Amino acid sequence: MKKILDPRELEKFRAQILEKRDPKRPCIAVTSGTSAKAYGSEKLVEAFRTALKAHRLSRKIDLRVTGGQGFDEREPLVIIHPRNILYQRVDPKDAEEIVTETIQKDKIIERLLFVDPKTGEKILNRDDIPFYKGQMPIIFGDNGKIDPTNIEDYLAIGGYFALVKVLTEKTPEGVIDIIKRSGLRGRGGGGFPTGMKWESCRNAPGEKRYVVCNADEGDPGAYMDRGLLEGNPHRVLEGMMIGAFAIGSDEGYLYVRYEYPLANEHIQIAIKQLRQYGLLGENILGTGFTFDLKVSRGGGAFVCGESTALMASIEGNAGEPRAKHIHTVESGLWDKPTNLNNVETWANVPLIIHKGVDWYTGIGTENSKGTKIFSLVGKVNNTGLVEVPMGMTIKEIVDDIGGGIPENGTLKAVQTGGPSGGCIPASLIDISVDFDKLTEVGSMMGSGGMIVMDDKTCMVDIARYFLNFLKDESCGKCTTCRDGIRRMYEVVDAITRGKGKEGDIELLEELSWVISEASLCALGSTAPNPVLSTIRYFRDEYEAHIRDKKCPAGVCKALITYSIDKKKCTACGKCKKVCPSDAITGKKKVPHKIDSKKCIRCGACIAECKFDAVRIR
Amino acid sequence: MEQKAIDRLLKKHNHEQSAIIAILQDLQGEENYLPEKDLEYISEKMSIPLPKIYRIATFYNAFSLKPRGKHLVNVCMGTACHVRGGEKVLDRLKMELGIEVGEMTKDGLFTLETVNCLGACALGPIVMVGDDYHGQMTSAKVRSTIQKYKKVAKGKK
Repeated sequence: MKKILDPRELEKFRAQILEKRDPKRPCIAVTSGTSAKAYGSEKLVEAFRTALKAHRLSRKIDLRVTGGQGFDEREPLVIIHPRNILYQRVDPKDAEEIVTETIQKDKIIERLLFVDPKTGEKILNRDDIPFYKGQMPIIFGDNGKIDPTNIEDYLAIGGYFALVKVLTEKTPEGVIDIIKRSGLRGRGGGGFPTGMKWESCRNAPGEKRYVVCNADEGDPGAYMDRGLLEGNPHRVLEGMMIGAFAIGSDEGYLYVRYEYPLANEHIQIAIKQLRQYGLLGENILGTGFTFDLKVSRGGGAFVCGESTALMASIEGNAGEPRAKHIHTVESGLWDKPTNLNNVETWANVPLIIHKGVDWYTGIGTENSKGTKIFSLVGKVNNTGLVEVPMGMTIKEIVDDIGGGIPENGTLKAVQTGGPSGGCIPASLIDISVDFDKLTEVGSMMGSGGMIVMDDKTCMVDIARYFLNFLKDESCGKCTTCRDGIRRMYEVVDAITRGKGKEGDIELLEELSWVISEASLCALGSTAPNPVLSTIRYFRDEYEAHIRDKKCPAGVCKALITYSIDKKKCTACGKCKKVCPSDAITGKKKVPHKIDSKKCIRCGACIAECKFDAVRIR
Repeated sequence: MEQKAIDRLLKKHNHEQSAIIAILQDLQGEENYLPEKDLEYISEKMSIPLPKIYRIATFYNAFSLKPRGKHLVNVCMGTACHVRGGEKVLDRLKMELGIEVGEMTKDGLFTLETVNCLGACALGPIVMVGDDYHGQMTSAKVRSTIQKYKKVAKGKK
């Protein structure tokens, strides 16, 4: 492969790629990110290859394997271009039919179309599906247009154009000025103004500087960064290179979460391709800009998402945070000035350079510009990654894009901000999502997890869940975090087991104050948030557990009993079969019974009963 | 791992002290866990004190100092899986396998572990067995899922 030596050669190469491609040529795009793979997308891709070959169409029809396109609920997705037909839950067995019917005869296969649960209507065009309709996919949308393992695809959609623009037309200070004026704020959680961070790093004394991409996406229920790295790694790398130029750095690190093998693989491929083309290394495109990248894989520690802990981990140490009286932009990795941004933040950068500040600031609210990708998960019909302009209401996201709550449930709360965030009650879902509004109501933007909870979710159990998570993930450096979270967990756990006492809520509030004031890093200082926000909005649930020894949502095992509704039970015997503790008895044609002494409340019978006959009290 | 293989591994990482986490990852990738004698050898060759290696090996969740079963059963404990009943699935798995989290079954077939989030929330609750994803798990499906792997293992004997 020939190295590209100057910007003109790159543009020539881009023109050559585009010349080879005919936008009208049919293309079968198959999603194959982690979610799709779990549904068997690799076999589907193979089936398409076989079918195209069998019909001698391999040269006439493009087959593109893309990263996730957000709509994970209906994976694997197949999108047929140029008509933009979306087929969902596609099985390898369907591949042959898609080729012979849709590709060869232009016929639609009705059963593979998405059915709108609200209207019962079948929808043909991807962009007409309610899940996609309300979105503004300026960043995530490119996932559908490219094969993430092929740099030519990224170049074909204008990739590295922003980098060339910066290297040939701008000064580092000019780039920082653009990012400052764009109002871009960090997407990893804190929402710190990105341009200001870059400027501080550039102005820090010393020759050597590092840029780091924080891809240690640890918040449970959040996977936007995985979606971007798997589906469009070059975009993140281009952002980092622009940042490195602005800051004056020649070396960068990507710190990738251990649990994301596919993201890691795609980044490694992307970096290899950049090196082959000479877009990484010394004197990039003959402009004098030198930059190289390394990948560090995490070890499965949540605390490493904290910047100082992450840097300690890259250095080969245990990932313990340090006090930040000296910021990492002055003294970070190996004590050199280091600028760390999150994956999504970096991915915004090329777009801002490309389309300009005026365009970018036209999206979003006064203090939160641009879009935000959320992972909309939990008790919601359309689980997936959604990109919306800042300022959209939670209600619009959950109801319109998410399609509401499954099984006729009612919305109780939406949890944002991961273990550092809080639960926003259904009464407040008309608030718009931006950095400031979410903080006002006791939660936070965080990295973008949006976990929907219905009336069958117990808020005390949720508080216990997060405390359990945090007590295990505390690195142990600060006493308040290490022991304080554990004490809080014990109190909340006792409440869920019916052992709560009067005064427990006040004790939790007091512990919360101490932990948040006296812990070094954000893991500790924000750890009480899930507890405080659930006390704030769902105090009655805590009181029901403590005073009445009842779990209103029917979740906390010690406070509930299972029984069978005689009228609904058809004595089919399925529950009896799956019960692991032999607690269910009953003969044929006689409604069954549950022995509450033997019952371990595992929920197997509920999952198995087709007649909704198992009751929880 | 044989000492020669470890030497090659260290060379691949240029004997860089900062690469110790990656070296341990590679070692575990080969051996399924971190054998004591290999850690001692790496400590000596890299001039990194053994306590420091143990500190790293115990700090990061990804490492195991004990041999692990043929199939690693990993239960996702992410928030989305939790609200959909992930904990019940874990309880049932503990019963079915007769072990606690972090333990291996006597026949060496399964090790039970939890992971904080696999980032495949649409499939929640998820259980991974080796590289296979089992989505939309319920406690009722646990037995049949485990049985499949047991049968394959029996067939091979």
